Amino acid sequence: MTDQTATPETVYETDALIAEDIDAYLDAHQNKTMLRFITCGSVDDGKSTLIGRLLYDSKMIFEDQLAALEDDSKKVGTQGQEIDFALLVDGLAAEREQGITIDVAYRFFATEKRKFIVADCPGHEQYTRNMVTGASTADLAVILIDARKGVLVQTRRHSFLCKQLGIRNIVLAVNKMDLVDYDQSTFEHIVADYRSFASEIGIDDFTAIPMSGLAGDNITSPSEATAWYDGPTLIDHLETVEVASAINVAKPFRMPVQWVNRPNLDFRGFSGLISSGTIAPGDAVRSLPSGKTSTVKSIVTWEGELEEAQAGQSVTVTLEDEIDCSRGDVLAAADTPPETSDQFETTLVWMDDEEMTPGRAYWLKLGTQNVSVTVQAPKYEINVNTMEHLAAKTLELNSIGVCEITTDKPVVFEAYGDNRALGGFILIDKITNRTVAAGMLHFSLRRAQNVHWQATDITREAHANLKNQAPRVLWFTGLSGSGKSTIANEVEKRLNLMNRHTFLLDGDNVRHGLNKDLGFTDTDRIENIRRIGEVAKLMADAGLVVLTAFISPFRAERRMVRDMLPEGEFIEVFVDTPLEVAEKRDVKGLYKKARAGDLKNFTGIDSPYEEPENAEIRVNTVEMTAEEAATYIVDQIMPLR
Amino acid sequence: MTDTSSFPMTKPLTHLERLEAESIHIMREVAAEAQKPVMLYSIGKDSAVMLHLAKKAFHPSPPPFPLMHVDTTWKFKAMYEMRERSAEEAGMDLLVHRNPEAEERGINPFDHGPLHTDMWKTQGLKQALDKYGFDAAFGGARRDEEKSRAKERIFSFRTASHGWDPKNQRPELWNIYNTRKAKGESIRVFPLSNWTELDIWQYIMAENIEIVPLYYSAKRPTYDYEGGLFMADDPERLEKILGYMPELTERSVRFRTLGCFPLTGAVESEAATLSDIVQEMLLTTTSERQGRVIDKDSGDGSMEKKKQEGYF
Repeated sequence: MTDQTATPETVYETDALIAEDIDAYLDAHQNKTMLRFITCGSVDDGKSTLIGRLLYDSKMIFEDQLAALEDDSKKVGTQGQEIDFALLVDGLAAEREQGITIDVAYRFFATEKRKFIVADCPGHEQYTRNMVTGASTADLAVILIDARKGVLVQTRRHSFLCKQLGIRNIVLAVNKMDLVDYDQSTFEHIVADYRSFASEIGIDDFTAIPMSGLAGDNITSPSEATAWYDGPTLIDHLETVEVASAINVAKPFRMPVQWVNRPNLDFRGFSGLISSGTIAPGDAVRSLPSGKTSTVKSIVTWEGELEEAQAGQSVTVTLEDEIDCSRGDVLAAADTPPETSDQFETTLVWMDDEEMTPGRAYWLKLGTQNVSVTVQAPKYEINVNTMEHLAAKTLELNSIGVCEITTDKPVVFEAYGDNRALGGFILIDKITNRTVAAGMLHFSLRRAQNVHWQATDITREAHANLKNQAPRVLWFTGLSGSGKSTIANEVEKRLNLMNRHTFLLDGDNVRHGLNKDLGFTDTDRIENIRRIGEVAKLMADAGLVVLTAFISPFRAERRMVRDMLPEGEFIEVFVDTPLEVAEKRDVKGLYKKARAGDLKNFTGIDSPYEEPENAEIRVNTVEMTAEEAATYIVDQIMPLR
Repeated sequence: MTDTSSFPMTKPLTHLERLEAESIHIMREVAAEAQKPVMLYSIGKDSAVMLHLAKKAFHPSPPPFPLMHVDTTWKFKAMYEMRERSAEEAGMDLLVHRNPEAEERGINPFDHGPLHTDMWKTQGLKQALDKYGFDAAFGGARRDEEKSRAKERIFSFRTASHGWDPKNQRPELWNIYNTRKAKGESIRVFPLSNWTELDIWQYIMAENIEIVPLYYSAKRPTYDYEGGLFMADDPERLEKILGYMPELTERSVRFRTLGCFPLTGAVESEAATLSDIVQEMLLTTTSERQGRVIDKDSGDGSMEKKKQEGYF
């Protein structure tokens, strides 16, 4: 496959053809395929130089950029009077000064056969996040090694991450061969070293190329300096390797529905990007999670109807039958549908400065599905340098672990290894809206498949009707000593006099029984609230007006309980008492203990209280007595029908 | 269905087909998840491609958002003509915003230099987004245009004051976009992020997309000004603002990029067809934004600085 006579000119087409027959040139370039790859290497492996070289050789650098480059090379370059290609790709002002790349940058170049999108990924450990981001869309990874240094810790880390993200094509670019006199045994020694490590982590196949980004050896044309090497040049390899979208075509049909297209009553189409397989009119399809089947009527595009569409295309599909299908559902081949489940084992890569909080509810976005999810404490964390499994209570920024997750609704999925589009997901913090983690689904946990929701004949409406009231959960939140229990008790007394069926769940009381196994760490506090939320929900299902009195310091968990209940049933009551006032009251003597250091994790002292931002009801206990507050609250919630 | 071998061999998708599918996917995500999206329309070739993709993404419905032009009053006449027609053909509402303060103070590229861009474009855009309460705005920027763009996400978050923080971008994995945001925050969405200039031209040819005639070479009245070659699109206005009439010469010129006529340099050219244009682009090795003064006016890293201040 290596054309021994290839030169950069023949690889990239000559200016002559452009000048003489532009139409022939354009014709040739109209039918290129596209490959996305990442380059990983540590700070001085010559990564930016290699990318700069690829851009330079493919004429993706323009004259004025080149002039600026020559100028810059002399000013800040590290290559003396030579052109410093690295300056072409180190973009942001901050990193120019530091001389390192600090984020993922995307570069473009093209040969006659392919367009390439390169994710330029930084190598040092604190930026695992960026590398995982770049790897998520890549078909291939170029792992750079400095021939003078051989396989290093970061080589292992990069390879491991690429493997985790499902990259099948690995190129081991043994760079800076010019600095080891193009020595064959040095190259072979490194390759053997890498092979033994790679097989340990499940990389069975890779392509090793001896090269020099600086001198241009084996990049676009075979180097005379490495006559002993008869493999492909880097460009040869990149031009011929199979792209993922082509592989996905052979798999069963799946299309996550993005948008329902309804211009008028006569047209109802389902729009989405086909993630695998092919589809044609007449094909039987199944909509998931509902499981309803129908037949493809047409594939509608702007150019007209298609006879067939394949993985990688964005289309709009109409069906023969009016089946229920909307954004978040997945259209799939009727006889080989993907599974649905609500409990999974996953690999999580934590990407946020704030560490993971086991038990907290996050948003999970997978394809077009958005659900609420809770994450268990990791089964183990993986040391990305040694691949060792470590015990861990949480995951911090840039750490990777295996965790079980539970979603609040069934999710249509496939194992990440089989289908990135239905197995890769992100987690989003419900309060900050930041993307806090990337995840890969391994498999569904059996429990969810075997435990089904049992439908009962007496519905929650029937329970409520019998009591002649609308169920509510009055969620009292505030500092210790703010007056939550006292006011809740007064409210319950008033409702009782009005013949309302109520129940008061009090924090201290519940910790005597149901939650006596829980302490006061953040994780235990969250589990405490989750259980109370579930109990309150059951009681609301039974038709009761539930009053709860818990500090419940975190917005995320109050939101979690709110999301468990039908809209309008959760009433957040903020008992607003300033810390000084609550501390002065100190009914139970707890503030004194906390100040003395005898009581750890005490809200307001050494554990935070996040005030509600939009509580339905707010009572100020400095201005009101408990009785006045109770009357006010009852006024707000009546008539409870 | 499981026996995939029964399917005829499918042809691998070309790079243009894959870029198109990705852009359409991005637009549909925004339509499904944003509360009030808008497409910023600058009337240039990238905008033309973006608008074409929007028509394809939602067909047979019209794109479910309006087009918005942040005007400076200094665009070429041919651009204004094309603007009205394109919106109408796409079945979309067209909103035009002009910064009233810039209008009142008569801000122009000759007397006010960088302030012209700041007032009309940067401030004008912020005003327009705030005025209508748009929470997502499509823009036609590409990552190959300029170095700091190469690192920007496809979904780029802006604070309530429209600032961009390159150190605090959300990681963007697979094709999953996190569109959640706090009240007042907004997203700039760049569906053409992964397109190069050559891709754009190839797509315009393949799809037969109409572009402003100024991209094609023709005899036009030109003048030299501060070392650049410009076209006298509105000679009367030019004379009024300069206080004299520059010497006009008929030259065969075209534009690589379109902005305000006194800021957009023309190039002498005979390229009168799309193939000619692409040929010229591939042979001349001057990058696209050179014709526009904006990148250079405050030295190195100036686009990055502008973006932090809220420029698109």
